[in-house]
Amino acid sequence: MELQHGIIILMGLAMILSAILAMVVKDLISSVVAVGVVSLFASIIYLLLQAPDVAMTEAAIGAGLSTLIFLYALHKTKDAEEEND
Amino acid sequence: MDKLPEIILQISTYFVSAGIILATLRMIKGPSMADRAVALDTFTVISISLIVLISCLAGRVIFLDVGMVYAILSFIGVVAVARYIEGGL
Amino acid sequence: MQWNTLLGSILTLTGSIFLFLGALGVYRMPDLYNRMQAGTKATTLGTMLTLMGIGVCHTEWIGQILILIIFIAITNPISSHALARAAHFKGIPLTEKSVIDKLKDEKSKPEVK
Repeated sequence: MELQHGIIILMGLAMILSAILAMVVKDLISSVVAVGVVSLFASIIYLLLQAPDVAMTEAAIGAGLSTLIFLYALHKTKDAEEEND
Repeated sequence: MDKLPEIILQISTYFVSAGIILATLRMIKGPSMADRAVALDTFTVISISLIVLISCLAGRVIFLDVGMVYAILSFIGVVAVARYIEGGL
Repeated sequence: MQWNTLLGSILTLTGSIFLFLGALGVYRMPDLYNRMQAGTKATTLGTMLTLMGIGVCHTEWIGQILILIIFIAITNPISSHALARAAHFKGIPLTEKSVIDKLKDEKSKPEVK
């Protein structure tokens, strides 16, 4: 087995574990962090499959932008819940 | 003797992959959300060096740009998570 | 065999051992602040050594690698400091073996004019 295949299998296993963690865990910040990690592993797998442009897009949108948008939405909804109480 | 540097680079790739496994275990175990944010912070640094190692093993210079984009955006993500935990944003 | 390739690969091996030890510290340390200390200092040094080794291997990539090293040296302490400050203000406890907490003493001290 070559080195590349080993790294791809390992990244896939870590990706599945992080995705299960994002569903199971209680607080929402941990879910957002786990989704960011899933996107990071997907980016490394794209890189190993010789597609650097797709990896760049995945790193920009999945790890950077979607984390910011999720956090902004959580902040807004928390304010609305406190006003209703 | 001629292939010694390549073998050493492959051994370093194994070490970096073992570090990624350990950080994944901490992220699964971590009791609070700040522990998972610390694991994310460790992930970003380790994966930047993994990307640069892959680019050296594959011999393509464009893979370095992916590492640069990931370095900038993951820094913004970690700082946003820290500001949210503190209460501001 | 060229000597710069061998030197660069040995630098890369040293850096990757530092990265592995930093991740081991993140897994094994008792509380959040110790984990953060292991996961920032050791991985910063390890990443710098790894990138510098690859820059010695491929001498024509040295510009981009220097930009990456400078960026990591600036941003990694900033993010770690923001996380530690947020966790301390959130009230995450230290481990029982720790003997001093100067930030808490500073906060609980009354205002002096």
